[in-house]
Amino acid sequence: MRLVGRSVLVTGASRGLGRALMAGFARAGARVVGVARHAREMEAAVEPLRAEGLPVHALAYDVGEKEDVYPLVGAATSLVGPLDVLVHNASTVGPTPMPLLLDLACEDLQRSLEVNVVGPFRLSKAVVGNMVVRGQGGLVLHITSDAAVSAYPRWGAYSLGKGALDHLARLWAAELEGTGVRFLSVDPGEMDTRMYRDAVPGADYAALARPDAVAARILRWLEDGADALPSGARVEAAKLEVA
Amino acid sequence: MKPATWPVDHPEEGRLLAVEPRARRYADARLTDLPTLLRAGDLLVVNDAATLPASLPGRTEAGERIELRLVARELDDTWTAVLFGVGDWRRRTEDRPPPPALPVGACLTVGGLRARVVEVLPPSPRLLRVAFSESGAALWSSLYLGGRPVQYAHLQAPLSLWHVQTGYGGRPWAVEPPSAGLPLTWSLLLALRRQGVRLASLTHAAGLSSTGDAALDAALPRPERSDIPASTVEVVNATRAVGGRVVAVGTTVVRALEGRAEMNGGRLVPGEALTDLLLGPGFVPRVVDGLLTGLHEPGSSHFALLQAFAPVSLLKEVAAHAEARGYLGHEFGDSCLLLDA
Repeated sequence: MRLVGRSVLVTGASRGLGRALMAGFARAGARVVGVARHAREMEAAVEPLRAEGLPVHALAYDVGEKEDVYPLVGAATSLVGPLDVLVHNASTVGPTPMPLLLDLACEDLQRSLEVNVVGPFRLSKAVVGNMVVRGQGGLVLHITSDAAVSAYPRWGAYSLGKGALDHLARLWAAELEGTGVRFLSVDPGEMDTRMYRDAVPGADYAALARPDAVAARILRWLEDGADALPSGARVEAAKLEVA
Repeated sequence: MKPATWPVDHPEEGRLLAVEPRARRYADARLTDLPTLLRAGDLLVVNDAATLPASLPGRTEAGERIELRLVARELDDTWTAVLFGVGDWRRRTEDRPPPPALPVGACLTVGGLRARVVEVLPPSPRLLRVAFSESGAALWSSLYLGGRPVQYAHLQAPLSLWHVQTGYGGRPWAVEPPSAGLPLTWSLLLALRRQGVRLASLTHAAGLSSTGDAALDAALPRPERSDIPASTVEVVNATRAVGGRVVAVGTTVVRALEGRAEMNGGRLVPGEALTDLLLGPGFVPRVVDGLLTGLHEPGSSHFALLQAFAPVSLLKEVAAHAEARGYLGHEFGDSCLLLDA
């Protein structure tokens, strides 16, 4: 898909992959809104992009909060127009150090699912109906993880959410087949992000992929290869064939 | 007619009074019967404006408590708004104490935002144009933080923003919900689509329906802004070309389409523009064949709008029938379809 002139909302955009995707969309000519929980961090993430003269906006909301959904969508569409692309990037790894299921507090699991599954569901619910009724297509991109398919001990709170998020994309795709609105999941692979450092302390981070490089790969794929995939498809960034 | 006092959990199961104006027939139905009342080749046009929380409680510089209800954002980023005295939606607008007069230059704090009066508009000192001190993301975030949905005294509790959104809202251009579309579920819309009914959208900045001030109410609706996509113009024209029926979901859609046609010699032109068209008795729609709307009582401003689609004698008969059968009125009430077979 062409990204020039598109209206894009990226969640979890204050750091890591979300921040890199926000920058990538903006440099590709899209009008972008980034959202994260903390206003100051989000503002700091868009500041350098604004300095480049890019039309990027920062909003501070929590995708895990139901009452934040319409304020977020209302503010975002007021700033960049009806949304063409929604990127569900925000997620929480859950409590750290990462507990075994037997030690995982029920409330911690609930909070994790609110952010990683229910939040994306609610946000899509508030955005996708408009994409369908406008009839100009639309893309919802779920950022997933190999933890969605592999059962890594101690990754339970995160893993369950990502597994459900993958299925959520397939369900949306099935229900909205033929409407022109598409749902894709991409597993970015392990990256050197704050989340990874929180989850896996003391690892060799230098060996990990950089979020900027992964974001660049995902954006090239969106521009050149993603249209060929059926809605509901799941891909791994490392295996993407991009020019 | 009794008002619905709260949103229902399954609005698509709501009642639908199906009226055929030319045949002077009407029948009790359900919204879920829409697929039998519309046919392949028909077009449903919705207003995809999301609803802004446009009621902003606040204070004047002198500390007097007021409420500002936004009406519309103007092209220069100022806002038209109506000032109310102390109190909130729980008291009927007619019974609210009058607000202090605020001259041009007066400042107020509403919903946590600083605003300055830049114009006092006829016909009432309560109708203002205000400029907010914030813009962009800061303005929108503050409006959502400090604002509440505009609502009236017939409701039983404060509404949340979720209550006042349709299933297809986008930009928050409406200050009251485009309520004809509230009961339309996607299950229903996709069922219609599958049977060949087309769906299109426009965005129309629906303003306030009532202020409780007779002179001010008589000046409503104000000119309102619409954005009609080129794809919607195309599908409206294509529908009419093959004898399909164009059905507006809500009077705001009628105003947008007919207003646009009116200013372009009967032709729909895409894009953004203001319309000051007033619908009512004697107005002959050129674009819209039918209307899905709520149930409106004789004497209400909406009732007058319906007279563009059906003779007043029939509408009165329909209203009496609705009353006798216990149909519910207002924004969360039952539905009415005015459409010739």
